[in-house]
Amino acid sequence: MQDLLRRYGPGLTFMMGLLVAFWLLMLVIVPNITLFEQSFRPYLPVTEIGGPRDTYSLNNYLKVFDGKVEKSFLGHVFTIPVHVYTFSLTIFYSMLVTVICFLMAYPLAYYLAKIVNPKSLPTLLLLLFIPLWVSEVLRAFAWWIILAFKGPLNALLQGIGLIEDPIRWTNMGYAGVVIGLVYTYVLFMLFPVYNAIQSLDSNQIEAAEDLGAPWWKIHWRIVLPHAKPGIASGSVMVFMLSAGSLLVPSILGSTTSQWFTQTIDQWFKDALDWNTASAYAFLLLLVCTLFVTLAMWVFRVKLSDIAK
Amino acid sequence: MHRLRQNLAHLYMVLFLFFLLAPLVVMSGAAFNDSKLPSIVPWKGWTTVWFTEMVNDQRMMWAFVNTLWVALAVAVIAVIIGTASAILINSISGRVRTVLYGLMISTILIPGVVIGISTMIMWTKLGGALFGPDGKPWPFIPGLHLSVLGQVSYIAAMVMLLVLARLQSFDAGLEEAALDLGASHAQVMRRILLPHLYPAIGAGAAVAFFQSIENFNVTQFTRGGADTLTVYVFSKVRSGITPTINALAFLLICVTLVLALVYEINRRRKARIEAEREAEARRAEAAML
Repeated sequence: MQDLLRRYGPGLTFMMGLLVAFWLLMLVIVPNITLFEQSFRPYLPVTEIGGPRDTYSLNNYLKVFDGKVEKSFLGHVFTIPVHVYTFSLTIFYSMLVTVICFLMAYPLAYYLAKIVNPKSLPTLLLLLFIPLWVSEVLRAFAWWIILAFKGPLNALLQGIGLIEDPIRWTNMGYAGVVIGLVYTYVLFMLFPVYNAIQSLDSNQIEAAEDLGAPWWKIHWRIVLPHAKPGIASGSVMVFMLSAGSLLVPSILGSTTSQWFTQTIDQWFKDALDWNTASAYAFLLLLVCTLFVTLAMWVFRVKLSDIAK
Repeated sequence: MHRLRQNLAHLYMVLFLFFLLAPLVVMSGAAFNDSKLPSIVPWKGWTTVWFTEMVNDQRMMWAFVNTLWVALAVAVIAVIIGTASAILINSISGRVRTVLYGLMISTILIPGVVIGISTMIMWTKLGGALFGPDGKPWPFIPGLHLSVLGQVSYIAAMVMLLVLARLQSFDAGLEEAALDLGASHAQVMRRILLPHLYPAIGAGAAVAFFQSIENFNVTQFTRGGADTLTVYVFSKVRSGITPTINALAFLLICVTLVLALVYEINRRRKARIEAEREAEARRAEAAML
């Protein structure tokens, strides 16, 4: 702080402090505290706000446990509150998306960092970047066209004789959502992992080869451990983006797929119950944060590794 | 065996690029198909009618203009806040720095739904507390200005990271020298620090602009009745859709491609000049010996 004052004087320092304070207080902290506070209040008509019925309670959170539905899993039948069910599936499929993204991105990241001719690397990276500059809604829309019942994917598969009858891709539970999320977020996995592998000294790989290590062992014992921070930050990004996505599940979802963000959206836009929407949004934030923290603890990664 | 693995790797790269780019080609192709539904099969003949319809779609044009204004506002505000934060973070240390830095970075990970709802609730509640429930004045009603504020709350962190990386290569001695030679504080900032940061600030502005155009979650919850392009396309996809969206997508992809091409040509030209210079230096060295 002394340093700032000496270099830029009190006026500029004060202005910078003010800007940072505006950002962190007015745009981040106070809105989130308001969200938290509102989530404990009931949804009331305007005239009753601040009246005797406007008291704090956990009712908004308890709505998660309303409306039980019957589900079966591996032949075992049980009842589960519908929102809990949605929430669990959102977390599960976000994990699945993260794993698929990693499996797809890792070989490519290794290829870009260690195999490809360095001269063609910038061109390849540019080509990979192009979809990232195209809006997310348009990318989801592109898959909406492709997966349509009479769309190009079915036409192609029928054309080469893989399937006889067209498949209803957008009516297979979460299939459309998972495909869309993987397509949208795979690059958020690719670039951190690529950066991490790139910093690995190629001599280590060659030494292992010379000493007779099989290729899978080189990856398992040398490349993967070195790339762990990159994998962790990519996974956190993909998981949080997937779980928080509203566009892709709304466009590519089927009648049987519901994403937790869609539930929040319905409370907010359809029921106009902002208080319950706040409670649900806070739950999403809380559980995702806990989940990421837990995953980082299991894989022994620190937050400082991720922010690199 | 080694050869085979390498060829497999090349093949995988090609397949991956196909996976990434094919959907964009399909989407662009559907813009020219003379069919009421956006698709490329069955092909019913070439047409440019969807482009004419797109230009005549007043709502879409309004949404487009709105998007540009929002993106511009976000870029300006996020660059100012992000740069100030980076300078501040760079000159403090210890526990305060860790806490502030963690807080700033965490905004990138907060789900957009949470940012949208919290921004909306805070500003409308604040207006209600200050002016009563009816007739709240401008900044406290839903609208695109709240979308701008919500988007800035996490995009500023991205700008901050870019500028902070650039600050690592800044020689603080230059500022000392300028101060010793009698420069004012404002001059030090404007003539020495900021020029060094311009590349990062430019990159930050570009990132902020495109992030804002992409944004859906925050905008969806704060926009009130106004449209941005993303929200408009979304509502179109859910209600009846015509290939006008494809026409729009085609144009946007073309703009992206042109920008990418300009960048690539520029890069190759620079690389060539660099290579020539190196060759020159090597020749000179050889001549000296």
